[in-house]
Amino acid sequence: MDSGHTAWMLMASALVFFMTPGLAFFYGGLVRAKNLVNTMMLSIMTICVVTIVWTLWGYSLAYGPNVTGAPLIEGVIGNFEVLGLNGIRWDPLDSGGSFGGSGVDVLFQMMFAIITPALITGAFVERFKFSTYLIFTVIWITLVYCPVAYWVWGGGWIGADGAGALDFAGGIVIHITAGAAAVAAALLVGKRSNPGLQPNNVPYVILGAAILWFGWFGFNGGSALLADGYAVNAMLVTQISAATAATTWGLIGLFKTGKISGIGIATGAIAGLASITPAAGSVNALGALAIGLGAGIICYFAVELIKKTNLDDALDVFAVHGVGGLWGCIAAGIFAVESIAGVKGLIDGSFDQVWIQTYTALAVLVYTFVVSFIILFILDKVPGLGLRVSASDEDLGLDLAAHGEQATVRDGAD
Amino acid sequence: MIKIEAIFRPERVNAVSKALEESGVSGFHYQNVTGQGQQQGVEVVTSRGGQTTTRAAVAKTLLVTVVDDDKKDAVVEAIVSATRSGEIGDGKIFVSPVQDVIRVRTGETGDSAI
Repeated sequence: MDSGHTAWMLMASALVFFMTPGLAFFYGGLVRAKNLVNTMMLSIMTICVVTIVWTLWGYSLAYGPNVTGAPLIEGVIGNFEVLGLNGIRWDPLDSGGSFGGSGVDVLFQMMFAIITPALITGAFVERFKFSTYLIFTVIWITLVYCPVAYWVWGGGWIGADGAGALDFAGGIVIHITAGAAAVAAALLVGKRSNPGLQPNNVPYVILGAAILWFGWFGFNGGSALLADGYAVNAMLVTQISAATAATTWGLIGLFKTGKISGIGIATGAIAGLASITPAAGSVNALGALAIGLGAGIICYFAVELIKKTNLDDALDVFAVHGVGGLWGCIAAGIFAVESIAGVKGLIDGSFDQVWIQTYTALAVLVYTFVVSFIILFILDKVPGLGLRVSASDEDLGLDLAAHGEQATVRDGAD
Repeated sequence: MIKIEAIFRPERVNAVSKALEESGVSGFHYQNVTGQGQQQGVEVVTSRGGQTTTRAAVAKTLLVTVVDDDKKDAVVEAIVSATRSGEIGDGKIFVSPVQDVIRVRTGETGDSAI
């Protein structure tokens, strides 16, 4: 890698990192005030725990074969050859080495591993046991994220070396896995005893969405893995899809209620960003408009539909990320432009890519749901763990119960 | 005229508002407060996570309304029905007499100002 590419990928890594603190604000603003610190801490502690797991064995399981050694099972899982990042190439930055297996690859991919479990937390906020979540994250990264990252990006059965699915920046790896795990978690932890109606802090939600939007330029723009034309296209289509989905969401809200809500615009932007993620390396600007429009409509009604069910996916992780990711994956096959994607999409008359996109995305959805369900089911039965806080802790609020903190203290007591 | 002050769980505020409207209360206000009751104070962490202390930190909503004497029972019943769960932390209702009420816009006083 030359120094220009390295510089951009370092910058992109920092941008993707910043998304998780952004998510902390986005989710934190949406819950009730007594659970604000806890909701933010779920994201913040994910950063800490996943970084350690990624360093010790996560990177190796997902991308080890790019560094050294054969996969444990070809197409299915990486290896244990790079434990503790042993053997990572620290090339002189201008020596023209490839991205895979380099130190900056470790860094960039780590940020994706971090945000994925943090996304799941939106499903179970306000009643999930914090200590159990930390253990869940370690297991989930190992058994779900690492294999799926290997399948799609590490040389496994879904990506370019396998089925040939287009997942530029993680529609499958990040958003579908997060959405599917969110459903499993919400099902097993159960409904909140008093679901809140209104978010405690709309400016936090908008701030969080703005940070996520900003960070997404590294998420998608960096996923070209080079500072090249693909990165430029990815960043452009990211912006277009986010803005289009947010506008669409706002207009649907305007039509239904007579008002455009800040929460609605923020959520619409995230839906547009999640949807363009798998497609950012295969569509042009007009494709991005279509994907954003679709994301606004589909995710809006997915949220409405799921609210009518008994599933208390508190912050709509499945409706926004699961459904948005799925839409984006399929849309990548519909709107793929051959000069960008290297394959023909449905708009060029070929149905093949749509089919590849659909079955791989659904396979990961099912795999993630089943494995996440089993992990959580077992954690629920382990003495001393369990998924749910006590009724009195839920009543008191998890800020005090889990962290001994209040989000804001306006009196002068010491 | 009597003043009714009610302390209850913050998440019950919409239910209480609705119950008050249905019992004919013309207006009320509320604020979010912290305090302690039978469950006592809460342990909070201080000093960068190194120490703890106990504070009256339980989150509650304090609602205040003034009504005619003959509405007292209906209003108290409305608040109770909207807030009671049977668990510790349901809250309290205080009832006290009010000397006078003045409507600022018209200068009316007493019952007609409520």
